[in-house]
Amino acid sequence: MSNEIERLSDPGLPEHQHRATDIDPVAEKKAERQVALYFALSAVGTIVFVYSYIFVPITSFVFVPILGSTNTHQLLLGLGLAFSLLFIGIGAIHWAKQLMPDNEVIAERHELRSPKDERDDFVATVKERAGAAGLGRRSLIKRSLGLSLGLVGLAPLVLLRDLGPLPAKQLETTNWAKGVRLLTDPGDRPIKATDLEVGAVAQVLPELGAGVERTLSSIGKDAVLLIRLRPEEFRLSAERLSWTYQGIIAFSKICSHMGCAVALYEQQTKHLLCPCHQSTFDVPQAAKVIFGPSARPLPQLAITVDKDGYLVAQKPFNEPVGPSFWERSS
Amino acid sequence: MTARERALGGVANYVDERTGAAAWMKKNLTKVFPDHWSFMLGEVALYSFIILLLSGTFLTFWFDPSQREVLYEGDYQPLSGVKMSAAYASTLHISFDIRGGLLMRQIHHWSALLFMVAIVAHLLRVFFTGAFRKPREFNWLIGVGLVTLGIVEGFLGYSLPDDLLSGTGIRIAEAILQAIPVVGTYLAFFAFGGAFPGEAFIPRIFTVHVLLLPGIFLALITVHLMLVWYQKHTQFPGPGRTEKNVVGYPLMPVYMAKAGGFFFIVFGVTAFLAAVASINPIWLYGPYTPAQISAGSQPDWYMGWLDGLVRMSPPIETHAFGHTISWNILIPGLIVPGILFTGMALYPFLESWMTGDKREHHLLDRPRNAPNRTALGVMSLTFILVTLLNGGNDVIATHFSLTINQIMWFSRIGVLVLPPIAFVITKRLCLSLQRADRDVVLHGTESGRLLLLPHGEFVEVHEPISPEKAWTLTQHEQLPALELSSHDSHGVRRPGGLKNRLRRRMSVATVEQVPKPDSEDLKAIEHH
Repeated sequence: MSNEIERLSDPGLPEHQHRATDIDPVAEKKAERQVALYFALSAVGTIVFVYSYIFVPITSFVFVPILGSTNTHQLLLGLGLAFSLLFIGIGAIHWAKQLMPDNEVIAERHELRSPKDERDDFVATVKERAGAAGLGRRSLIKRSLGLSLGLVGLAPLVLLRDLGPLPAKQLETTNWAKGVRLLTDPGDRPIKATDLEVGAVAQVLPELGAGVERTLSSIGKDAVLLIRLRPEEFRLSAERLSWTYQGIIAFSKICSHMGCAVALYEQQTKHLLCPCHQSTFDVPQAAKVIFGPSARPLPQLAITVDKDGYLVAQKPFNEPVGPSFWERSS
Repeated sequence: MTARERALGGVANYVDERTGAAAWMKKNLTKVFPDHWSFMLGEVALYSFIILLLSGTFLTFWFDPSQREVLYEGDYQPLSGVKMSAAYASTLHISFDIRGGLLMRQIHHWSALLFMVAIVAHLLRVFFTGAFRKPREFNWLIGVGLVTLGIVEGFLGYSLPDDLLSGTGIRIAEAILQAIPVVGTYLAFFAFGGAFPGEAFIPRIFTVHVLLLPGIFLALITVHLMLVWYQKHTQFPGPGRTEKNVVGYPLMPVYMAKAGGFFFIVFGVTAFLAAVASINPIWLYGPYTPAQISAGSQPDWYMGWLDGLVRMSPPIETHAFGHTISWNILIPGLIVPGILFTGMALYPFLESWMTGDKREHHLLDRPRNAPNRTALGVMSLTFILVTLLNGGNDVIATHFSLTINQIMWFSRIGVLVLPPIAFVITKRLCLSLQRADRDVVLHGTESGRLLLLPHGEFVEVHEPISPEKAWTLTQHEQLPALELSSHDSHGVRRPGGLKNRLRRRMSVATVEQVPKPDSEDLKAIEHH
């Protein structure tokens, strides 16, 4: 078998192949008409766009297979815009590919770095100028300049100080305190043990004093989840059992991992699951972490009832709620 | 000459008489750009950025970046009378009352996703073809900066509407900030103007999202493009293409038409997606409140790997001396991403150190011809893909009837075990492909014609490949490993011997190649 490749060397740029549009005037005319047609289609798209903007009401809906019920105004507006843009692009590229010259051009590329003498001269100049400033010799100036530049960098940091207050004890405290009633959320009604059936879950917030407004920041610390089990299902220490009331146990709803709302309760397994990172807490064991990235159980709120039979907190949370932070001691 | 051509000539004359830039502009209008489909990935990113600026400006005309509480009384009935932030209410207003508002919101969000897809695809193209090598290290660094800022910018953008899903994302970002040792709590309180969520955050990130970061983007993209222009684009190897030339089409008119047309196509495709595919329907999520959440909470795709890392983290916290360090947040949230991005930024310098190659490169590598680099890339990609998969573990679990625990354990083990396996497999694949190239060059391609020899044996006729093809398959160079001995010629140990040993070991790994065929091999075959 003979091999035609005598040696492996660069054969150079292949010969230019003419396109149909280069040699056939009919093909050239056809390509020209195609480009014009694409640009005309784009104009149609723009007309659809403007028509839909003015005449298709923003509240009208239409059923489209696959898409389902769709807002007609937004659909036609979008399709009109898409067509008007797409066909400008398609037309321009068709024009370039069929009618503009397609000879490949070779341009020289020179090594990016300068010729050696020029570079040497430049390097020498930099050295000489640096020497003229005495950067190497005048260490007193160099050091004091370094110091002042470093210090002036503090100025913007200092300016940012008033972005927010100091944390103080804000992360450690909530509105829960001895005797504070549990209010349903939503609804803002005090709640009795009999309002919760076994297996039920409810979200509650603390009753606030007169004139105290409930903010999102306070909800972000105060939100508590009530879950009612049969009392014999608990596997709690005596102390923790005394924090429950007739099978009702209360946990902070703010995840001990990154602060999402721990909102998924599986009645069958009695697991609480955080939808953000899947930390899973076992309710009968005081929300012990049984899976996922959280390192701590959800803080448990001690509850009881007041003289009117409404559920109240026995005392504040005994640890900070929510995600960990540097100053947290346990 | 047509009237139009005369007019353009007049413009050229007018400009030169006022700038004296005739020579410079002539050179640049006829500047040559090489052609390859993969060179369009960076273009997609650039065009998406322009679309983002245009659609984003439209949105700011109605968006109210405020967490002031308002009572919704707009057209969307299911939320009528619900308390929400002005930011959320104005986003509803844009979606339901402003003509074309929803379309522009969806164009903005789709192009943001496309922007990140294009950036990552462009980054992979540059990595796997070795386009980052000298003299293009600056542009690689700028690119790493752009992808990092892109992630931040995208996150801030989808956080602005203050809906239930985005508020949950901000909550997680706040927890990461808060987990930083010593200063974390202070940083969080300064960023949020007090306890989370406060009322300061949305207006603040609005300024960052629409002014600060786009400004930095514009500056970096400008430098990025100027360097591409000045250094001239790289090209794939082939007949007539060398380190000393650029083969392609001139800017005017071919590239102007192609690139300009491509901008409209990217914009058109984005508009089409926005017309038919709903994205981030915030009215379904409801306004943010810290006590609520929806199942299947997912970030946008470019944050998914980070979320997946956080999800798979083991539950470790240290409590000592009255302080807490949350390793379960710090490692996946800051330390691992920090290592990944630092490694990515430093890779060009590391590679040149490993190979000892300090020369300029303008011809791209075929990925198979740099097996070690390709394997490293696939290894990193595998790492990211496993974490991305785990970022969607809840959705995967419901769709494929698996348990969260199965997926989480698969990811926890897979994230450590699969990347090295991917490295080995990729490297072997590259070497096999080199072997296949060698066979094709030496023995030609299978023609499919069978020949019955006189003695009854069947053989398939192989046809030699064209000289152009043969050149493309053999033009690359295969460098020898670095000669670095830990002892000098007198047998005395050199300082930095360990460093040299490491470098020598890495160098050996990078030069592992199937020897490419040369003319001698061909001659040997011919005489055979």
